[in-house]
Amino acid sequence: MLILGIETATERVSVAIGNHEGVLAMFEVTRGRRHAETLTPAIEFVCQQADIKLAEISVIAVDVGPGLFTGMRVGLAAAKVMAQALGIGIIPLSSLDLLTHPVRHTEKLIASVIDARKGEVFYALYRQTSAGMSRVLEPTTGTIDELLIVLSERAQDTVCVGDGAVRYRDEITHGYPVEFAESSFAFPSSAALVQMAYARAVREDWVDPAAIQAMYLRQPDAEINWSTRHSGPGGVA
Amino acid sequence: MSNFANLVVDESTVILAIETSCDETAAAVVMGGNDVLSSVVSTQIDLHAQYGGVVPEIAGRAHLDLLNPVIAQAIRESGIDERRINAVAATHGPGLIGALLIGVSAAKALALTWEVPYIGVNHLEAHLYAGLLEDPTLEMPLVVLLVSGGHTMLIEMRGHGQYKLLGRTIDDAAGEAFDKVARFLGLGYPGGPAIDAIARTGDPRAISFPRAMMHDGLDFSFSGLKTSVINYVRNNPAANTADVAACFQEAVVDVLVSKSRKAADLIGAKGLVLGGGVAANSLLRERFMEMCESEGRRGLLPSRAMCTDNAAMIGSAAWYRWRSDGPTTLDSGAFPNLRLPLLDSTWARGKN
Ligand SMILES: [Zn+2]
Repeated sequence: MLILGIETATERVSVAIGNHEGVLAMFEVTRGRRHAETLTPAIEFVCQQADIKLAEISVIAVDVGPGLFTGMRVGLAAAKVMAQALGIGIIPLSSLDLLTHPVRHTEKLIASVIDARKGEVFYALYRQTSAGMSRVLEPTTGTIDELLIVLSERAQDTVCVGDGAVRYRDEITHGYPVEFAESSFAFPSSAALVQMAYARAVREDWVDPAAIQAMYLRQPDAEINWSTRHSGPGGVA
Repeated sequence: MSNFANLVVDESTVILAIETSCDETAAAVVMGGNDVLSSVVSTQIDLHAQYGGVVPEIAGRAHLDLLNPVIAQAIRESGIDERRINAVAATHGPGLIGALLIGVSAAKALALTWEVPYIGVNHLEAHLYAGLLEDPTLEMPLVVLLVSGGHTMLIEMRGHGQYKLLGRTIDDAAGEAFDKVARFLGLGYPGGPAIDAIARTGDPRAISFPRAMMHDGLDFSFSGLKTSVINYVRNNPAANTADVAACFQEAVVDVLVSKSRKAADLIGAKGLVLGGGVAANSLLRERFMEMCESEGRRGLLPSRAMCTDNAAMIGSAAWYRWRSDGPTTLDSGAFPNLRLPLLDSTWARGKN
């Protein structure tokens, strides 16, 4: 059961192949060229170095966001057409879920926070339970102040992880005392992707590639402008 | 990296082509450069119409959703087994960066999966090839009039991949003028088909709009014409919209056709080809062919489906590019401001 993991939802491009033994091969770069230039050679490199042919892959795991829309779609487009061409399924995972993986061994509340730009963050809250990691707050978009209100209301020991946590570290510390994960965990990784996907792959819990949807958590700007222009006072609708 | 240098590109070479540069998600299977086995276009016009233009983020989202079914349909309708596909091509520029990247990423991923070459295609070059699909044996040199929402160019095509720019717009593209005038007249989006339709009921001699730069070389200008139309309607609020549309269209077509004739005379063209979205305009098609006939030159009109963005023209251009330049490497990206590669570099800095 070989899983190909494709991760392009943040600034990082990350590709891994894993199976029941864990990660067999991996490539990761968090600076440099754009996602589209890097991704295909990265897949080729990982396959070559691990001596695996794409035809041997059983399922593709992909980060469906939230994240940076353009980069995210580079990975999604590649994953969707490859899976269709190989006749295999896709296991979609959220970037916010993936961020919890390296910090999962904690009793504390985990806040995954991704920089959504424009003064906002994408975030979700998690807690480790006997049944595994569970979301206690579904993925949301909001300002850092909104996140702080959520954290203050819960008033629990919290670990913050993600590039949003890194960027807004001062604001968060000022608003509510939390612990921060190592900054090397700031971006989701394909290693977490193939490991988290494995349990689902064993259950054949995958989706038809054509049905895979990105998790945007934000309307396109034009739609936001349109609806405010057409519903507010003096609108032209 | 696999070495594809020894592959032979011939009449039996099959290319799967993908086009996502703007608001059409398209895929096609083309054999030997000119034999279109299938061509599927899924247009997003309805998604963008309420905004009066293409919204890049909405286009990106739609491309991602439409890609798989469009590719699957193109392969199915081609009637060939996907193992017969010898290369995968995609438009890599010019266009909307977020939209281009989806087609490029998909094409490269498919090429890797099938272990075949990837070919990045210049969208403008592909529009030139849309007309040639009708008759690939047409002798060179040719004059190609490329008219779309983003471009208005007269090109001398001396051979495959050998282009010289003879003239281009110094301000608005012809299609842009159609869109702006249509919006001003309240005819909706996209403007080209709307004006084409209403102009049929108007009197093309009712108003005399200016033909800018009619006698100054082969460049075009449409910004003044657009202003004249707006001023005329403001000064004559009772003007018949159909007449205004018909006279505007008449002025645009008049300039396009007469400069095409001049360009053909200048280079001694063996034939003339029309290309780009505005090439679907009924009056332009009619006048262009009348002019070619009266001049005794071959005229080629792409079918209306080949005027607007499609992947068949991408597959055709890819075949010729692959033959001359070889495949594109897998670390290649998208080029939103890509220009047509021109022989005469002094033009290269100008606006295409
Ligand atoms: Zn076009």
